[in-house]
Amino acid sequence: MTGHWFIHAAYLAVAVVFIFGLKAMASPATARKGIVWAGYAMVAAVIVTFFWPGMENRWLIVLGILLGGVVAWRSGKKVAMTEMPQMVAIYNGMGGGAAAAIAAVEFARGEIHGPAVLVMAVLGALIGAVAFSGSCVAWAKLAGKMKRAYRFPNQRTLSTLLAIIVGWLGIGIVVDGHPWAIAIILFFAVALLLGVVVTAPIGGADMPVVISLLNAFTGLAVGFEGYVLQIPALIVAGIVVGASGTLLTHLMAKAMNRPIRNVLFTPLTGEAQDEAQAIEGRMQETSALDAAATMRYAAKVIVVPGYGMAVAGAQHKVWEMSQLLEEAGVSVAFAIHPVAGRMPGHMNVLLAEAGVPYDKIFDLDEINNDFAQADVALVIGANDVVNPVARTDKSSPIYGMPILNVDHARHVIVVKRGQGTGYSGVENALFYKDNCHMLYGSAQEVVADVIQHVKSMEG
Amino acid sequence: MEGIVYLYVFMLAAFTGYEVISRVPVILHTPLMSGSNFIHGVVLVGGMVTLGHAESGLQMLLGFIAVVLGAANAAGGYVVTERMLGMFKSGNRKGGA
Repeated sequence: MTGHWFIHAAYLAVAVVFIFGLKAMASPATARKGIVWAGYAMVAAVIVTFFWPGMENRWLIVLGILLGGVVAWRSGKKVAMTEMPQMVAIYNGMGGGAAAAIAAVEFARGEIHGPAVLVMAVLGALIGAVAFSGSCVAWAKLAGKMKRAYRFPNQRTLSTLLAIIVGWLGIGIVVDGHPWAIAIILFFAVALLLGVVVTAPIGGADMPVVISLLNAFTGLAVGFEGYVLQIPALIVAGIVVGASGTLLTHLMAKAMNRPIRNVLFTPLTGEAQDEAQAIEGRMQETSALDAAATMRYAAKVIVVPGYGMAVAGAQHKVWEMSQLLEEAGVSVAFAIHPVAGRMPGHMNVLLAEAGVPYDKIFDLDEINNDFAQADVALVIGANDVVNPVARTDKSSPIYGMPILNVDHARHVIVVKRGQGTGYSGVENALFYKDNCHMLYGSAQEVVADVIQHVKSMEG
Repeated sequence: MEGIVYLYVFMLAAFTGYEVISRVPVILHTPLMSGSNFIHGVVLVGGMVTLGHAESGLQMLLGFIAVVLGAANAAGGYVVTERMLGMFKSGNRKGGA
């Protein structure tokens, strides 16, 4: 460990504040304070680092911070709430890339001593590079730059093969100690390719789990590079994120009843359709007027928002409609599937933005039995998370995923942009049920229409 | 010996991370992921130290990349998390103050 004592004292304080900040972020009342504390700690850590002994290139460092910081700050301020998931993905990828670049410098310097340090450097480089390219792919998918899940034959074999090659190169670097430049370049190239190959076929409801996993990866990479550089604050912050991120990933995967291994290697796609049971019946369409009447004269309405609501930015309209219905004596509740939207909690964030109180928002477990007593289940832009096929059809790729039992409600109204399957490409049996009616259009416009009709029914 | 001490740091940090997250309401999963994304932005410090001690053009280039990416991770992670959590202000008033 090198450096002045006050630098390390400051780093220690920073690590403590990070942990307290993260702890505060785990509770709604203190969450905002948590991020602000962590923000101050980060600024302090950066300032103190300028006093590290033997620091050169100070102007270049300032330039780099300004360049990366200002661009990210402005894009983060500008982006719409609905696009948050891909922003988290891309910023996460940058962290992974930074960790990999640090490792690359250490390799280029060739002064890494001891097998333990080398192992850490190689692991950090590998995980960081995978997190970088994987997050870039995740970002491209969520931002709509990559329209669908790319599957190639033998995807699993290819990723296993790449993992073996990169592992072999990594072991070579550790054993050699002073490897050839070509081996290092090849090592990074294969690691980056591995991230792409593993992430590219994943789609649909699995996306949030993957982002969370990549987030945990970046944390680990940062922790390992912290070991190489001998900066304990990096180890603590990185490993805390790695551990908490792994747990968060596990919680998400559990909510979907899909082990992480399945998320990575048996992607949800529509390709299993050939064997899946054919769905009988036909879809019935309804109008905004009928939908308004059905809800206005109901006793209990449960709203199920999904990604369609996020895309249309309809959360404010949905809450306006709910308030109108409540004034008319209807009880309204919101049911959130753990993986609705593109990230867990995505819907909660949007509903909070619109001003929906917490006590009207319920988890899957809390509300699933209430659908049987509900008069209307209003599904707004959700698809896979309400597909009864997950309960019944063993050949379906989403079989076993817990779903919201909207089909148990007396009436189901589905607001949807058009016919066609959900993000996973699986046909939805719900739409063909007798008690289900389709209301086609953008969620924003459809709900606005419903509001007009509900208003006209007053008095 | 010092290496072993660092391994203890690893172990304790892992337990800490696990404990801190273990009881979190679903509504905070996204902000929390975003918040932990910000915290690993501390990799910027590692990038600064690396660039500060770069000895060749290649090392400077890679170190500079690390600083730019690390700064983007930290700044972007902060803004996004802060904006998300800003919506959870108490009272749930529309717009908020």
